[in-house]
Amino acid sequence: MAEQEYSKEQIPSEDSNPSLDHEESNQGQTNSELASELDGLLDEIDSVLETNAEEFVKSYVQKGGQ
Amino acid sequence: MAIPKICGIETEYAVIQPKLDEQNPIHASSVLVNAYAKQGELSEKNGVAYSVEWDFNDETPDNDARGFTPIGSLPPLVETHLVNAVLENGARFYVDHAHPEISTPECINALQAVKFDRSGEQILQKAMTLANEMLSPEEEIIVYKDNSDGKGNSYGCHENYLVDRTTPFGEIICHATAHFITRQIFTGSGKIGVEATGIDPNSIQYQLTQRADFFEEEVGLETTLKRPIINTRDEPHADATKYRRLHVICGDANMSETATFLKVGSTSILLAMIEDNYMTKRIIFDNPVRSMREVSHDTTLKKQLLLGDRSNITALEAQWEIFKFASTYVDKGGAEFTGGYVAEKIISTWERVLTGLEKNPETLRSEIDWIAKKLLIESYAERHNLSMFDPKVRLLALQYHDIRQDKRISEIIGLKKLIAESEIIEGIENPPEETRAYFRGVCLQKWPESIVSANWDSLVFRIEGEHLRRIPIPDPSEGSSQKVRTLLNRVNSPAELIAEIELTNK
Repeated sequence: MAEQEYSKEQIPSEDSNPSLDHEESNQGQTNSELASELDGLLDEIDSVLETNAEEFVKSYVQKGGQ
Repeated sequence: MAIPKICGIETEYAVIQPKLDEQNPIHASSVLVNAYAKQGELSEKNGVAYSVEWDFNDETPDNDARGFTPIGSLPPLVETHLVNAVLENGARFYVDHAHPEISTPECINALQAVKFDRSGEQILQKAMTLANEMLSPEEEIIVYKDNSDGKGNSYGCHENYLVDRTTPFGEIICHATAHFITRQIFTGSGKIGVEATGIDPNSIQYQLTQRADFFEEEVGLETTLKRPIINTRDEPHADATKYRRLHVICGDANMSETATFLKVGSTSILLAMIEDNYMTKRIIFDNPVRSMREVSHDTTLKKQLLLGDRSNITALEAQWEIFKFASTYVDKGGAEFTGGYVAEKIISTWERVLTGLEKNPETLRSEIDWIAKKLLIESYAERHNLSMFDPKVRLLALQYHDIRQDKRISEIIGLKKLIAESEIIEGIENPPEETRAYFRGVCLQKWPESIVSANWDSLVFRIEGEHLRRIPIPDPSEGSSQKVRTLLNRVNSPAELIAEIELTNK
């Protein structure tokens, strides 16, 4: 097979497999919208973080890996 | 002529007992694998055959694809004394060095590899739950799906791809090196600081990948020291006259399904193109090891990388070059070897991701790990007025890799999913239909008490009144549901199975 010039038309169209659908709802958001979205999530994230961050991070040693 | 890109992912998980002063990761890993595997003694339908041992007969990690082993190189040792379990989905769950590791079954395409990688996370999660029920609260075990402890220690997420033995290995080295250096812009899981020797750890706040700092050679056999970008382990777990297994050790473990999909998908298509001699352009870096780090250390994606002909290229430009070949290749028939409709999805995802990286990387914050993690920890640091190197920020960066359902940060921030939850659950107990993993998995489901040992390319049965009988499956595309389902449904015992197989082979 020989190389051909690439063009947008050669990109396959989306198929209808539901497990593969991707929504691009994130596209086009402004930075302030993004910041407030993340801000809302940070409260929830705070509740799952381990306590005693300093000790936890210090003791996280993982030797013997490939 | 390309061959179907059967592939798999093996992930070494980090393991910690945070409430203990003394860590014993080998013991903790064994407890996890045993806790999961011992379910087999308790109930019949649970996805594991505990009594079945791993058969190390075909393990030859010191075979070098270049046909020689350089003096002074350190091939990995096979550890046979540690815990090993073969699962009914065709996967292997075991202790490797000081980590719990799970290898997916042989998958037929990149999307299936994503599914079984996610099923593997669920298996680790279940192992944690079962182990912690047996342990005291002080001994609680937690695993993380990352590749670095931030203190100079790394552990891998390796990919495996079936490659035609007749393809010159030099061609693979040439094109795969360029891809592995530049695909980091979408495969990276993000890391605070630097761990490469000789560089101030705090000289870079954040880099794209967990792994790039640990690669010191271009090509080699090692996996634990002097890690090479191209690993030459020649251990196909298949008919070595027909196949190679390209063992890729330089990628990150991903929380994002899109990142795993694109990592495996783009590499599958590249390898098929190499087999078909379709890559007519070579991108040869002046210093691949240096460029690997330069790409990872540059979150602006603008770094000019020096090529062998003294010209420059950015990682994004190189990826567009490879993508252009891939797009026409898939369009002109290459999809046949790279997953059919899945190959088309790889191409559309690849294009969309490269476009996003070029125009506004933040638009990929629910799909690309290094971007998702960067925005998350930056917002957190800003909110609490902390530096990126503060332990609280480091803890959040670590917990980005938490796989526990109730603490899964990647879930909370809404990383996009490609695989339905029901499919992931189904994949815990059921093998892929299209590869020899089907034969392995179904035999383990039906006759666990008769299977003495198993490995990637054979099963050993104990037949009453006879010696042990080994059934080799040297071709990864054999043993699929299409080829053996009727046979496996028809026979009532391993003895009948072996008799039928012997009759067919006569």
